Amino acid sequence: MAYLSIKNFYKKFGQTEVLKGIDVDIEKGEVLTIIGSSGSGKTTLLRCINFLEMPDDGIMTLGDTELFNPAVKDTEKTLRDKRLNFGLVFQSFNLFPQYNVLDNVKLAPSLLLNEKAKGYKKQLKGQKEFTRREIAHKVHQFKEEEKAKIEKDALELLEKTGLTEKAKAYPCELSGGQQQRVAIARALALKPKILCFDEPTSALDPELTGEVLKVIKSLKDQDRTMIIVTHEMGFAKSVSDKVIFMADGVVEEVGTAEEIFDSSKSEKLQAFLSNVKDKDGEQ
Amino acid sequence: MSFVEVSLELLSGFGITCLLFILTLVLALPLGLLISFCSMSKFKPLKFLTKIIVWVVRGVPLMLQIFIVVYLPRYIFGTNPWFNLNKFFYFNFGIQFGQDGAGMGTFIAVLIAFALNYACYFSEIYRGGIESTSQGQYEAGKVLGMTKSQIFSKVVLLQVIKRIIPPMSNEIITLVKDTALSNVVSIIEIIRAAQMMTDKAIWPLFYSGAFYLIFVGILTLLFGFIEKKLSYFRT
Repeated sequence: MAYLSIKNFYKKFGQTEVLKGIDVDIEKGEVLTIIGSSGSGKTTLLRCINFLEMPDDGIMTLGDTELFNPAVKDTEKTLRDKRLNFGLVFQSFNLFPQYNVLDNVKLAPSLLLNEKAKGYKKQLKGQKEFTRREIAHKVHQFKEEEKAKIEKDALELLEKTGLTEKAKAYPCELSGGQQQRVAIARALALKPKILCFDEPTSALDPELTGEVLKVIKSLKDQDRTMIIVTHEMGFAKSVSDKVIFMADGVVEEVGTAEEIFDSSKSEKLQAFLSNVKDKDGEQ
Repeated sequence: MSFVEVSLELLSGFGITCLLFILTLVLALPLGLLISFCSMSKFKPLKFLTKIIVWVVRGVPLMLQIFIVVYLPRYIFGTNPWFNLNKFFYFNFGIQFGQDGAGMGTFIAVLIAFALNYACYFSEIYRGGIESTSQGQYEAGKVLGMTKSQIFSKVVLLQVIKRIIPPMSNEIITLVKDTALSNVVSIIEIIRAAQMMTDKAIWPLFYSGAFYLIFVGILTLLFGFIEKKLSYFRT
């Protein structure tokens, strides 16, 4: 059984069927790219994986855990826990404008730490060995240590994404490429098992796409499991272990990068690829 | 009438103006947020009811609303509870807010009318601010494992505040001057205080205008300061 396995995902918006029975398998450490023309359901699939949309039907498992089953009703809490398995980098960055770069990266881990600290406090209270004062002291110490860890992790991530000098800058002071790199660092700060990208370079000026793609490539070199929806065919070819071509809500063709780009079987895929090539030619 | 005498009279009226202004804000700012949540509720009957209330409150003059809050209870209870309160506070504590027996009860009634009226206006400003927050901000919060309340308080709130400062400052400056409407139920706010002197002199009326100008000037500076403080980011 694959690491992440999606079976038979269905999704309807009103009368429009967007996903019509999608199967996807990814092994640990693999990079999967999803290509296809707009309206083919790529982004919806990614949003379903991240629980931003709920599939109408299908099963999703990660490792040994079942993450989605239409028979199971999620509470807000279980949904949050499930989402944390994944990270998502948006097309439009969606950084938090009122926080500087470092705080954008640190915000979510810090909020999770508050909850962890509460749990730790409860656990200490349950042991009934400590006075209130000792508990307060221990919790404080725990928080300080964890905070230092979060800060250290965040600074490391900024270094990896080449943003050390921008740590104190606000999103409005950054270029699109820099903002997207912050968004990648922010997603990584929660240590997701699988990192997803939704057309990460589509909102960027052409000269800025390179720096973002470079960061994503460096993540591949660290054997991160990633799912990337992209229109950058050259990039998809060079980074993917596996490529899915989607058309009209179904997986039209699956294969390695070579199989998809050099020896495609389906007519739709051939048409799509030649179309993309023509457009690149125009530019 | 000396300048000092007039100043003291006007100041005591201005005290009531300020009291009404501040208490209205204290009540209407949170109440407005509550109303805005109700008007965005997914529960249709609540949303519909709230929209009707906002329509009515914004649709009829504040002066009429003051009259209704002050005089309606008499027709429900047979005796006017506000006027009973007036008497109670006057005879026990010597508290008075105006002419013709207007006191604590009348003031509370006026305050209720103001708070409800302004809460409805504020609620629409809040709603605009909240609804114009991009869906992407909520989604970014969600995929980062935040709870709904964390997303609101840590991500959305400050952006909303930044966006609503200009319309809010407009509305709050209007409130400063609307307090003069309490005049119609005999509360002696600053204009009534000046009006009571018109049989002797006209200049106290102009003088009372200066109080408003200075107060609004200070508020304008304050809002300008807040806007500047929040100018370090763009939403």
